[in-house]
Amino acid sequence: MSIATANRLTPYLFLAPAAIVLVVALIYPIGYVIYASFLDWNPSQRIGEAAYVGLKNYMKLLGDAAFRESLWVTLKFAAVVVTAEMIIGVGLALLLDRNIRGMSLLRTLFILPMMVAPIVVGLMWRYMYHPTIGIFNRTLTSMGFEAVPWLSDSDWAFAAVVIADIWQWTPFIFILSLAALQSLPRSALEAARIDGASQWQTILYIKLPLMLPVLIVTMLLRLIDAFKVLEVILVMTNGGPGLATEILSLRINRTASEFRALGEAAAMSNILLLVLMGLTLAMFLYSKAMEARARALRAAPVGEE
Amino acid sequence: MPEIRIESLRKAYGDHSIIEGLDLTMADGEFTVLVGPSGCGKSTTLRMIAGLETCSGGAILIDGRDVTRLEPKERDLAMVFQDYALYPHMNVAKNMSFALRLARYPSAEIERRVRDVAATLDLTPYLDRKPAELSGGQRQRVAMGRALVRDAGTFLFDEPLSNLDAKLRGSMRAELALMSRRIRKNMIYVTHDQVEAMTLGDRIVVMRHGKIMQAGSPEELYRRPANRFVAGFIGSPTMNFLKADLVGEEDRVAVVGQGFRFLLSPERSKSLHASLGRAVDLGVRPSAFEPSEGADALQLPVVLSEYLGAQSVIISELGGARIAIEVNASGPIPIGGTRGFKVAEESLYLFDSKTETSL
Repeated sequence: MSIATANRLTPYLFLAPAAIVLVVALIYPIGYVIYASFLDWNPSQRIGEAAYVGLKNYMKLLGDAAFRESLWVTLKFAAVVVTAEMIIGVGLALLLDRNIRGMSLLRTLFILPMMVAPIVVGLMWRYMYHPTIGIFNRTLTSMGFEAVPWLSDSDWAFAAVVIADIWQWTPFIFILSLAALQSLPRSALEAARIDGASQWQTILYIKLPLMLPVLIVTMLLRLIDAFKVLEVILVMTNGGPGLATEILSLRINRTASEFRALGEAAAMSNILLLVLMGLTLAMFLYSKAMEARARALRAAPVGEE
Repeated sequence: MPEIRIESLRKAYGDHSIIEGLDLTMADGEFTVLVGPSGCGKSTTLRMIAGLETCSGGAILIDGRDVTRLEPKERDLAMVFQDYALYPHMNVAKNMSFALRLARYPSAEIERRVRDVAATLDLTPYLDRKPAELSGGQRQRVAMGRALVRDAGTFLFDEPLSNLDAKLRGSMRAELALMSRRIRKNMIYVTHDQVEAMTLGDRIVVMRHGKIMQAGSPEELYRRPANRFVAGFIGSPTMNFLKADLVGEEDRVAVVGQGFRFLLSPERSKSLHASLGRAVDLGVRPSAFEPSEGADALQLPVVLSEYLGAQSVIISELGGARIAIEVNASGPIPIGGTRGFKVAEESLYLFDSKTETSL
């Protein structure tokens, strides 16, 4: 082998371990799930024994009211939590982007919820929401208010899981926004002060527009995550009451383990995967568009001197 | 149009004092340059005038009004930053009009002002461009334009030319000088470059370690430096310093060092009698050496010669120190050998070695 060939092959050699892991851990399972979604397969069968049914699983899902409800709950959940988290997270970052004593400690405290295991978060909130011994209802009744059926009423249960998710994931947006804020050009902010911008005007006209690229990527990352939420809701409500909090991952889990319909569960997974791929693609296209725009602007013809 | 007065201004970070008791008055319509080596507190002073830094003590008065605790926007000033500080997401027109839009000027008025200023700065073709698509010099002009459209009472410049290459810096310096002559506003300009200070300033304030070393017109600073620091800072090439002693000779005073001896006139000797016997630093500007064939000429070796075209700079040795001599010569000066020079008495600057003040 010539040295030139060896040189050309070297990068692929270094890439190989990662590529192998990718194939084994990602491509193979995805292919497996896609294949499984065309089968009528129950857990007592080996995959080879399952009957091929074509698109029947997908057709069935389209007509399934419970699946549609679950999809709607998922969309609603993702939209509500991400909107709330963006507003609170960015707001907190704007408030805490300053040099005062103890700020680093405060920042660490703020991101603690993100570091707690989801199962623990679920359990913690389930106890806090407990109808009689939970801290919320105890506080409410001691203050003379009526107890709230946190997890037993469908509207309250949805609100309860939303609150728990906001508690856990706002820090994610907070730290990314804070990082974005702290990388803003200081002198541009000072120039805005000289130009007469108030705090609000600086936020509105300088800080937010400059943070926008980071915020959009953060939001898409959070959306992707919100669509896949499982553990916290599983522990808190297990999808109930009724189907009020049954997000897609729970539905998939139940279809596979409870209804023993692996093919159908695989089809659902693929639909969720499609939604997520759509979001990822949106993110990718967004960053491409930004780059292309920057390039086009740079290449714009120079005006007459 | 305002006069700016600074009274015993102080700035300290914790125990670390940056500026201690600065007093300065800048007359109406004056171009003041704060100059000094980095860390001398000139930028901090400017930022306190701007209101970007809080003051640890003292007061800043603009037109007799105490603005020490006011927000920048309440001080009626515009500022040009070292890194231009343009808003990256706004195009040139939006950058320049930001302050006017915040102040809710009528849009026709905003457009007119931006157009006028853009025309004077040759920015008209670039009004739709974002800062990232401009060259350094163009960005610099946008920053200048943003300050100009404001029509503020005072203009502050924080080393505005130091990010430009040498050639562009020269032409921007000339543009700035023309602009300041045209608009005649209060200008406060911070730089570490003494050439900028000399060419732009009506008045130069030389700072060091948070204190004013001397304030005056460029000529005053050049001709009558108050201390060794100012003498060494102003002028290019830098002044030569030689260790010497003041020795009494009959009723006159001589400056005596290793390899040289200058006898001073009776008038000058009179004022120096009190300093007799003291160690001094003798300062001689490179341009003060005149070629001389006389018997009393200093014979100086040509260690190195730098040919600059119209002039040459000879690096020589005197009194154990390396000195620079500027000579007008038609061609390069050969290295080696010695040449005779004399120095006129009024070109001899004497500084007390201990206190560094001018004698």
